[in-house]
Amino acid sequence: MAELEVSGLRYRYGAKQALDGVGFALPRGTFCALLGPNGAGKSTLVSLLTRLLVAPEGRITIAGHDLQTAPRRAVGALGVVFQQPTLDLSLTVRQNMAYFAALHGLPRKGLDARIDAALARLAMAERAQEKVGALNGGHRRRMELARALLHEPRVLLLDEPTVGLDAAARASIVAQVHDLADEGLSVLWTTHLTDEVRDSDRLLVLHQGRILADGVTRDIRGGQPLAEWFLTHTEAVT
Amino acid sequence: MSAYLGVMRAIMAREFLRFVHQRERFLAALVRPLVWLVVFAAGFRAALGLSIIPPYQTYITYETYIVPGLCAMVLLFNGMQSSLSLVYDREMGSMRLLLTSPFPRGWLLFCRLLGATLISVLQVYAFLGAAALFGVTLPGWGYVAVLPALIPAGLMLGALGLVLSSFIKQLENFAGVMNFVIFPMFFLSSALYPLWRMAESSEILHDISAANPFTHAVELIRFAAYLQLNSGALLWVLGWATALGALAIWAYDPGRALMRRKG
Repeated sequence: MAELEVSGLRYRYGAKQALDGVGFALPRGTFCALLGPNGAGKSTLVSLLTRLLVAPEGRITIAGHDLQTAPRRAVGALGVVFQQPTLDLSLTVRQNMAYFAALHGLPRKGLDARIDAALARLAMAERAQEKVGALNGGHRRRMELARALLHEPRVLLLDEPTVGLDAAARASIVAQVHDLADEGLSVLWTTHLTDEVRDSDRLLVLHQGRILADGVTRDIRGGQPLAEWFLTHTEAVT
Repeated sequence: MSAYLGVMRAIMAREFLRFVHQRERFLAALVRPLVWLVVFAAGFRAALGLSIIPPYQTYITYETYIVPGLCAMVLLFNGMQSSLSLVYDREMGSMRLLLTSPFPRGWLLFCRLLGATLISVLQVYAFLGAAALFGVTLPGWGYVAVLPALIPAGLMLGALGLVLSSFIKQLENFAGVMNFVIFPMFFLSSALYPLWRMAESSEILHDISAANPFTHAVELIRFAAYLQLNSGALLWVLGWATALGALAIWAYDPGRALMRRKG
């Protein structure tokens, strides 16, 4: 059974159709890149998946729970890293993690160990007592990733998580999230940067609110470099 | 149930930590009513004769009269401040973290409201302490009796802030809130002058002031400070708090206004 399943999703802002019948399914342990130019509908899809918006049409299930009829269970199985940072800069890494844990109803008993384990997974253990404001961009992102894993979600959603990071931090976070998928997590990674997508990744291309392509990257791009394929098919202006 | 209380504790602790980190905000909340008490009241008392009106049983100084109104002003400004920080949270993204919690959104907003209200109440007590240093005091037990009046009044004004925050699209628009919400609410109320004085100059202004929920918050606090219950004011305040709270939950519903704008 798919860990994340979306079908017939439509959403409009006034007259503008932002999503028009989007559907896909992610099995367990898949790293799926959702590639689309600016304005393709990626942010809208992320808002719908996280229930910041509710779609009038279509269905989303996360770990088998329908987001409309069982929102608590569905959202509880989802880890999210938003494009915009969502950290309290004046609080420490541990305080930020603990706040998130409470928002997800995790028990206080054993929480410290859980936070330590999540930070250690992302090689951030020694930063636990530091104020988030003192961390660099790469470390903040890693902390957000560690936090998104705190409640042991089955699906991980990352919305353009490398925005504003330098090349080394980008490469490191791309590699870490691929490792998480290898460990069995289903990952949906939205981006407009083709170099973040590996040939073996599952690829969804979103364009003008519709799924333009869905498959393994190397099959989709054929003999062309992905960047070239993407530009030709989306007529993106660079 | 303990998970619900855990969320409440975490949201309130976060509000408190943020408050502790913003010393300027605390000082502004303390200085603002003190300026009214010390400067405005000194200039104004000669112009305004007060008769004996409930809950007072004797002639009082003008400073004594405006203390409950200034307590409510602290709650009003703090409610708006909380609304401002919600808009800020939304711009900074941390609102998303709150709204993507699996707990019901109404509960999350209520916790946030309660946290903001408790901080408002602490600020009122700081103001009352400073006012006492200037020789303006309440009856001894009034300091205790005023607490159950401050909480519903703070909830009502905080809920107003929540509603406004759902309609304010950007931080820059906050100046409009000052002009169109805070000032009319404060001046068209019994905070600075009894309503019968207002009636002498304009019946319409009197009627507007009498209907203003802020007037009822002020009177609830005033009566409680003098160990009396103004049940009419309490009903108004509770009614408005409930209505504004419900409106805030409606406005923050994921299918509706708040996040409907793109991005």
